[in-house]
Amino acid sequence: MPGVEGYIYPNEVELQWSILIVLYPYLTGLVAGAFILASLERVFNVKALKPTYRLALLTALAFLIVAPLPLQMHLGHPERSYEMYLTPHTESAMAMFGFVYLWYLMVVLVLEIWFDYRKELVLTWRASTGWTKRLYGALSLWSGDISPAALQLDDKLGRIITVIGIPSAFLLHGYVGFIFGSIKANPWWSTPLMPVVFLFSAIVSGVAAVMLVYMALATIRKIPIDMKCVDTVAKYLLYAFLVDFSLELLDLIHRLYEADESFRALDFMVKTRLFTSQIIVQILLGTFVPILLLALVQFKRFSDPVRRLIYSVSGVLTLIGIFAMRWNVVIGGQLFSKSFLGYTTYKLEFATREGALSAIIFMIAPLVILAVLIRIFPPWPAQEDASGR
Amino acid sequence: MDQTRRAFLEKAGIYIFLTGAASVAWEYVEARTPQLAPNYKDTDHWWGMIIDVEKCIGCGSCVRACKAENNVPTDEDGRFRTWVERYRVDPLNADHPDVASPNGGYDGFTALDQAGDGVKVFFVPKLCNHCADAPCVQVCPVGATFESPDGVVLVDKDRCLGCRYCVQACPYGSRYIDSRTHTADKCTLCYHRITKGLTTACCEVCPTGTRQLVDLKNPNDPVHEFMRTHKIHVLKPQMATGAKVYYNGLDGAVR
Repeated sequence: MPGVEGYIYPNEVELQWSILIVLYPYLTGLVAGAFILASLERVFNVKALKPTYRLALLTALAFLIVAPLPLQMHLGHPERSYEMYLTPHTESAMAMFGFVYLWYLMVVLVLEIWFDYRKELVLTWRASTGWTKRLYGALSLWSGDISPAALQLDDKLGRIITVIGIPSAFLLHGYVGFIFGSIKANPWWSTPLMPVVFLFSAIVSGVAAVMLVYMALATIRKIPIDMKCVDTVAKYLLYAFLVDFSLELLDLIHRLYEADESFRALDFMVKTRLFTSQIIVQILLGTFVPILLLALVQFKRFSDPVRRLIYSVSGVLTLIGIFAMRWNVVIGGQLFSKSFLGYTTYKLEFATREGALSAIIFMIAPLVILAVLIRIFPPWPAQEDASGR
Repeated sequence: MDQTRRAFLEKAGIYIFLTGAASVAWEYVEARTPQLAPNYKDTDHWWGMIIDVEKCIGCGSCVRACKAENNVPTDEDGRFRTWVERYRVDPLNADHPDVASPNGGYDGFTALDQAGDGVKVFFVPKLCNHCADAPCVQVCPVGATFESPDGVVLVDKDRCLGCRYCVQACPYGSRYIDSRTHTADKCTLCYHRITKGLTTACCEVCPTGTRQLVDLKNPNDPVHEFMRTHKIHVLKPQMATGAKVYYNGLDGAVR
């Protein structure tokens, strides 16, 4: 059979989870990471991160809106997916996705953004006319009280929500890791480290994404990039990366040393079918290079343009590397037979329901949504916007 | 009652064709509620299967019977409710058995040229293990996959989302997606037959009696004697799934 090497069970010929399922942990990871970056400013008072706070929240929201769409597209019966809410099977890790997702979307992100923007929404509502007035009236829920007492309450509630939000973001993505980590039939997935590895790689990808979006937006708007802010973001990116890489290394060493029944099959797979995506893209280009570049900045003084270049390169490499990591988990976990006697191949098609084109659309969609969100909820201070700096 | 001649003949035909207890159950089977048939009480049974590896000759009759009985696609790869594997094991290199299951064994296996080369060759029929602690049941987000009170793991095609999580969770490769319904599919242990007192299609046609449907709750089932007097093994016992397909004479090289 073409693409098959050795023996695989007859039913394993069809690969079950496609690139769309690679996107699912990738997108939710970006959400969780962006939110945690926002929380650093809000809860832990890292003032240097102020310019990225709102941007991080909006980025998280944009990606969260798109995150369930590839899943939906992948289902054999998307019209039945609401059954997960009505009659969930409580023992199923996947069944809880809907609830974690809704909790995170509605209670955490939307509420936090609303409280943070309420004053501006009300002011725009008052100052505008026509459709704009209607839109902002609706967005502020026709509640125009922006007295100091009300704003103080907003701030207090916003802070409480952020505090709840941090464990929620951990839950959202740790849970995605659990979906894979709890499958005992698959030794490539089945490890209690999976949720933790997913979480830290999520933080890495989300922080890198916000850093890139911030620099890109500043360039587009022709305003100077706040280097103190970007330096701080890059520092947190390095820290998160070091933790993430240590965890992945621990997983690797554990597998190598324990060398259980699945080891030979997995080892062979990594050295052959996953070599490019795992060793070259994920580990060398997507992890080593950005860690070295980011660490270099900590030890050596570079001019602003050089630092910006370093941050851009490491940011892009990080996003590619984390995507490769999701790919290696999801696709890699299906390339070997559960008999450990053979391997199959994943054929990525282009213009099919689960092809590369759909994946590209789902990757671009959050950026389009983010552009719209930035229009409605400008993340920068009003005077800066008005002066058009 | 408005009884047309055609309806009368159909009914009479069924009664003549399926005699006794089976005919009483028929209308419940047709209504897709065989467990409600008055002469079949699901809590009285606990179904499983015995497979005597040493009896299997690799003829593939079971695979063909299963596909015909259960309308399993024959024109697509990767759709098998049951299949047969041929193992060639070098006793000195048992970790690397040479395994093959061309078209799931549907066409039967032909004789091997290399006979007598010091390698042992045997067949292993496989199917859903109808696990008591089935990982596929655990992961289904909507409970479309469930275990019936008589111990059969089934899929409700009207509820299944087609998320494929159950296919990933099965350690034995027993599940696939039916491309006609876009839902998960697998061996039902011929539930439509066993609830009428018949055996499964694969057991029915097996010329050597390799496969035996067993009712573990029936004290008179010969399975109890068989299990007591033979060395019985299940596939991948380390998975702790409570598999109920018991193999006699299973080689350690089998995965």
